[in-house]
Amino acid sequence: MTKSDLIKRLAEANPHLLQKDVERIVATVFDEIAEALARGDRVELRGFGAFSVRHRAARTGRNPRTGEEVDVPDKAVPHFKTGKDLRELLNAD
Amino acid sequence: MGERTVTRADLAEAVYHEVGLSRSESATLVDSILDEVSRSLNDDGMVKVSSFGTFVVRTKGERVGRNPKTGDEVPILPRRVVVFRPSQVLKERINPHLAETAS
Repeated sequence: MTKSDLIKRLAEANPHLLQKDVERIVATVFDEIAEALARGDRVELRGFGAFSVRHRAARTGRNPRTGEEVDVPDKAVPHFKTGKDLRELLNAD
Repeated sequence: MGERTVTRADLAEAVYHEVGLSRSESATLVDSILDEVSRSLNDDGMVKVSSFGTFVVRTKGERVGRNPKTGDEVPILPRRVVVFRPSQVLKERINPHLAETAS
């Protein structure tokens, strides 16, 4: 499923809403999550999962082709931990 | 300035401010989005949200684990897990100091 499939399904399930409003709702939700992570906040969506930001220290890497050393700066990476309900849904049988 | 935790209620509040819906309908729509993503992960194993990231379901095989407290061997059954791969846009948003050097 892509974002546009998601919008289509939500629009079908909510015929009283305009397509453009459904688009804005979906965009707002993912944008809020991204914005929270950019601030360094955690996003905990009970049942679905939690997003957090993990920090990776700067390190010296190597170009695998040339063997040349390169400085890899410190960086933050988003991390997702699956929530209980979603985990159970995926493993129900 | 500690980190705070953003919840479903915060997302619903953002939707409420962005679109002219009631608070309760905004909350229901946030839940619908997350339910739809969950359902689709279960049915199709992948959800792609452009400029945000991709959720992928991976199947992990059975392996032998250990109870860290007692050292007892316990089988870890095969299971399905979700892996989130952030998009380039999201990575850059979280690392504004690196964005200009990203290829």
